[in-house]
Amino acid sequence: MMNNPTGRLTQGQFSFLPDLTDEEIGKQIQYGLDKGYAWSVEYTDDPHPRNTYWEMFGMPMFDLKDAAGVLGEVRECRKAFPRHYVRLMAFDSTRGIESIAMSFIVNRPAEEPGFMLERQEVNGRSMRYTTRGYSAGKPELERY
Amino acid sequence: MNQPLHLIERPAPATASALPARVARSVAAVLADSQVEAVLEELDRDLVGLAPVKSRIRDIAALLVIDKLRMNVGLTAQTPSLHMCFTGNPGTGKTTVAMRMAQILHRLGYVRKGHLVAVTRDDLVGQYIGHTAPKTKEVLKKAMGGVLFIDEAYYLYRPENERDYGQEAIEILLQVMENQRDDIVVILAGYQDRMNTFFQSNPGMSSRIAHHLQFPDYAPRELLAIADKMLTAQAYRLGDGATQALERYLDLRVAQPHFANARSVRNALDRARLRQASRLFTQRERELSADELCTIEAQDILASRVFQTA
Repeated sequence: MMNNPTGRLTQGQFSFLPDLTDEEIGKQIQYGLDKGYAWSVEYTDDPHPRNTYWEMFGMPMFDLKDAAGVLGEVRECRKAFPRHYVRLMAFDSTRGIESIAMSFIVNRPAEEPGFMLERQEVNGRSMRYTTRGYSAGKPELERY
Repeated sequence: MNQPLHLIERPAPATASALPARVARSVAAVLADSQVEAVLEELDRDLVGLAPVKSRIRDIAALLVIDKLRMNVGLTAQTPSLHMCFTGNPGTGKTTVAMRMAQILHRLGYVRKGHLVAVTRDDLVGQYIGHTAPKTKEVLKKAMGGVLFIDEAYYLYRPENERDYGQEAIEILLQVMENQRDDIVVILAGYQDRMNTFFQSNPGMSSRIAHHLQFPDYAPRELLAIADKMLTAQAYRLGDGATQALERYLDLRVAQPHFANARSVRNALDRARLRQASRLFTQRERELSADELCTIEAQDILASRVFQTA
């Protein structure tokens, strides 16, 4: 039995759904902008679940009114890193929240081999577990 | 729980009310939908003079309304080029009209948000290599869905320095103006003669701007009307003889250097308010009526430096 029946990385919002179209992404962006969030674009080729901080693609975008600006940035990032994971994050600067309010993947590689669970026997019958991406063994830029 | 999928109630199919309203076929219908006439009337009412500008804006609005109708019957699908250039002396209302323009374009659906982002060279051009492109792009991103107003746009191009980064900003602007016409409208503003030189050296910019609007200087009578409007908005009024004093003041001020039309009028009124305040301030024990508090007397205006130098 497979742990991940979709065979895809499931991090952030909408990750169990089919990929959003650009129009749908635009609507999500607009929703965030209307709430006053600041969007930023990030990318990585090491999507390990514990890899919290991906690479920033440009600065977070404050004071935007319309989704076209953010969407343009997403397209730029896709062009620069077509086989990387790209995600959009919305930062809510409300005092007391000051945190990421939305986050979803907007670009993913065609092949996603997933992660393996590594078991290590220690101290007699004890077990230690760790997750490792199947692609993580290769050097950067060759992973996907 | 766990009921079979086919038993989950499906949402009712969209009814007629959810469909877009009947497509407009007449000018009146478009005007009613967009309420653009309210903005045009406001423009007429709030802005003194500027007759040529107002008629040009009416022309543009008419063109956009007709374009909308053409689009509704499927004649053209391409968005018209809406980039504009406002030329005129300082204080002739370029920024104010740009704000109204943003509203008109928003009501007609040519920009999605209708906000105005006003910038100058400093906001677009960076200080070192590689600084300009991100800076310009950031401003463009902020202006997406609205109007980007570039004040004193001719400063972007500095012919005396061939390595000036302004050229880079112009190239990025041109690209966006051409490719993202439905996302952004760019309005350039500046003095007539310097804008002309700017366009001569940047033919690409000139050809991408569809509408050139020339803002005339205000006549003395119009300046007086502007002063009156400004005072009323702040709940002040001119006392006996003060109107004549202001008229004489404006006659003298127009002839002096650095006259900035409506802006100079506003500054003059601000100074008159200061003088009125200090005049009342000296009369410590007197009880001041509302009438006295909101009246600007002739002496408040006549104390101006303009009368002494003349």
